Amino acid sequence: MTEAKRKRCLLQGNEAVVQGALAARCRFFAGYPITPASEIAEQLSVRLPAVNGTFIQMEDEIASIGAVIGASLAGVKAMTATSGPGFSLMQENLGFACAAEVPCVIVNVMRGGPSTGLPTSPAQGDVQMARWGTHGDHPVIVLAVSSVLDSFTITVKAFNLAEQYRVPVIILSDEVVAHTRESVELPLNSEVKVVDRIAPGMPPDWYKPYQGDARGVPPMAAFGDGYRHHVTGLVHDQDGFPAQDPQEVEKYHLRLSMKITKGLADIQLTKKFQMDDAELFVVAYGSVARSAMRAVEDARKAGIKAGLLQLITLFPFPRRTLTPYLQQCHSVLVPELNLGQISREVQRVNQGQCAVVKLNRVDGKLITPQEIYNRLVKLSTGRVG
Amino acid sequence: MPPSIQALTHKYFRHNKRFPHVWCPGCGNGIVMGALLRAITRLELEKDEVVLASGIGCSGRMPTYLDFNTLHTTHGRALTFATGIKLANPALNVVAIMGDGDATAIGGNHLIHAARRNLNLTAIIINNSIYGMTGGQYSPTTPFGATTTTSMYGHIEHAFSIAELTVTAGASFVARSTVYHAALADQLIEQAMMKPGFAVVEIISNCHVQYGRRNKTGSAIDMLTAFKEQAVTVKKAATMEQEELRDKITVGVLADRDLPVSTDEYKRIREQARAEQEKR
Repeated sequence: MTEAKRKRCLLQGNEAVVQGALAARCRFFAGYPITPASEIAEQLSVRLPAVNGTFIQMEDEIASIGAVIGASLAGVKAMTATSGPGFSLMQENLGFACAAEVPCVIVNVMRGGPSTGLPTSPAQGDVQMARWGTHGDHPVIVLAVSSVLDSFTITVKAFNLAEQYRVPVIILSDEVVAHTRESVELPLNSEVKVVDRIAPGMPPDWYKPYQGDARGVPPMAAFGDGYRHHVTGLVHDQDGFPAQDPQEVEKYHLRLSMKITKGLADIQLTKKFQMDDAELFVVAYGSVARSAMRAVEDARKAGIKAGLLQLITLFPFPRRTLTPYLQQCHSVLVPELNLGQISREVQRVNQGQCAVVKLNRVDGKLITPQEIYNRLVKLSTGRVG
Repeated sequence: MPPSIQALTHKYFRHNKRFPHVWCPGCGNGIVMGALLRAITRLELEKDEVVLASGIGCSGRMPTYLDFNTLHTTHGRALTFATGIKLANPALNVVAIMGDGDATAIGGNHLIHAARRNLNLTAIIINNSIYGMTGGQYSPTTPFGATTTTSMYGHIEHAFSIAELTVTAGASFVARSTVYHAALADQLIEQAMMKPGFAVVEIISNCHVQYGRRNKTGSAIDMLTAFKEQAVTVKKAATMEQEELRDKITVGVLADRDLPVSTDEYKRIREQARAEQEKR
C-alpha cells in the first residue's frame, strides 16, 4: 500500500473552503446561488453525494439556513455559503441557531454593499453585521480568511468551534480571497484535527437537552437517537421548554454568553508578525492583511519598527491579545475595506492608550501595500493621520 | 375501535410539561392534534422515528405538548427545517404543522417549493382564516369582505385556496378536511404520512375568538356546524357548477399521484457521484 502524500494544487479560495468543509466532515450543504460565493455550492453539489453527503439548492437564503439547521439537528455537520444580500436574509434563522444552540457554519464571501452593491468587487462591509445582524443579545463566532490556505484551515477550525461550543460560526471571506488562485499544499485528511459535538452519555430519561456541562455547553442528541426532546427559538429552560420566569430567562442568557467567554483562549485566533519590538502596528484581516504584511516588511527594510497583528477571529473581539501592544506602541493603523468597522473595536479596547488611525477604501478596490506603507512612514515620523 | 382519548393522551402527551396549553376553549387545534395522534397510532410508528416541526402562531405550539422529536422553528420556516432533517436522516417521519398565515404568507415561498421539490414530507396546514395569536389580523385565507383587526372597513383582498395551490405546485398528495370531520382528518393524515412524496392535508378550523366574534359566525359549535353544512365531497363537487361551489368547502382527496420522490432520487445521485469519483 502506498502511503498517501500531500499534493500541491492550484486552488481558489472558494475551492479551499470546499476542501476544508469536506476535511471537517461536513456532509450537508444548502444554499442559493450568489456572486461571489457560487463556486462553493457548485463544487459541493458534485462532491458531497460522493461521500454520502447531501447538497440541496433551496428557494432562497432563508430556506437555505433553515435546512442547514434542520440537518444539524438530525446529527449531520452542515453549512451554507452566501454573500451580503443572502447573508441579510439569513439573519432571522441565524438567531434561531444561536438561541437553540445548533452548530453550523455560514460562509459570507463579502462583496460591495449596501443592497445589491458591487457584486464582483471585494469589500469588508459586513463585519459588524456578522456580529450583530440578528436581533437580541446572542453569542456568535466570526472568523476572517485572508488566503487560499486560510480558507482551508479556517473552515476546518470553524466547524470545530461550531461543534465544540454549539454555536453558528460565520466565516468572512471576500471577493478577492474567494477568486484568487494560489498554489497550496493542503494537509491530508488524516492530518486534520476534527472535533465532533459531544453526544449525551446518560440514559434518555435523564437527558436535559439544555443543561450546560462545566463549559456551559449542553451535550447534543440528534433527532432519531432516542433522546426525544424539544427545540425552540423561544427562551427555554434546561428541559428545552418555553420559559418566562425571570430567573430562568436570565440564566439562559448568561449561559449562552458564558460558554463563549469561558472558551476565549480557544476561540480568539490571531497571527503576529514583527510585533515583539514594534513601536507602531497594523491591525488587519482578510485580503487587507496581505497588503499589510507587505507594507510592514517594506517598513522594516526602511528602518521603521512596524508590526502586524492579523485578526483571524473578529468576534469575540480579541481584546486580550491587543491590549499589551496598545500599551507598547505609540500608534495602531487599522486599514479596512469599509468606513471603519474593526477600528471601532480597536478604539473601544484602546481607551486612549495609543493613537488609533484608520485607513479606509470603499471604491471596490483593494488597499495597496504602498498606501499602508506611506501611512506607516507618516506615523513613524509623528505626523499622525 | 379507535383508541380512546385517555389512551392517546397517556401515551403521547408530555406529562407535567407546560400544561395547560395556550389554546382557547373550543379551538380546533386540539381536534387536529387528536387526528394526528390517531393517525400515528394506526401507522404504529415509534415515537423516536417521528419528528414534528412547526412554525409560529397558535398551531406552532402543538409539538411542545407531544412526546416526539419536536421542533418549534421561526415564522413560516417549518418546511425549510423539515427539509434539512429529512435529507439528513431519511428514515425519520417528518411532519410539518403550520397555520394559514404561517404556511401561505410568510412561508408561502417555502410551501410551493416544498410541493414542487417533492421530498417525502407531510404538511398539515390548519386554516382558520386569521392570525389568531397576534390578535386577529387578516391572513392570505381571510375571505373578501371579512372584518379583522387590520381590515375594519372590510377585507379587499382575495383568499388563497391552500389545497388547490399545492396541487398546482406539484405535491404528490393533497387533501382537505375540516375540524368538524375529525374522522376524515384522521384518515387523510394517515394517508398523507404513508404517501411517498410531499403530502399536504389542509384542515379548515375555527377561530371563533379572533375571527368568529368580528364576523358574527357564532361560537365554536356554530362554526363547526357551519363547516358541516358547507362541506361537499370531492366527488360531489365535480358535479357542481363553480357558482354553486362559492361558499362550499371541498373535502376529501384532491390529488394522489405517483411522482418521482426527490428523497429517493438523491440515492441515485449518490451512486452516480461515487461511480464518477472512482473513475478518476
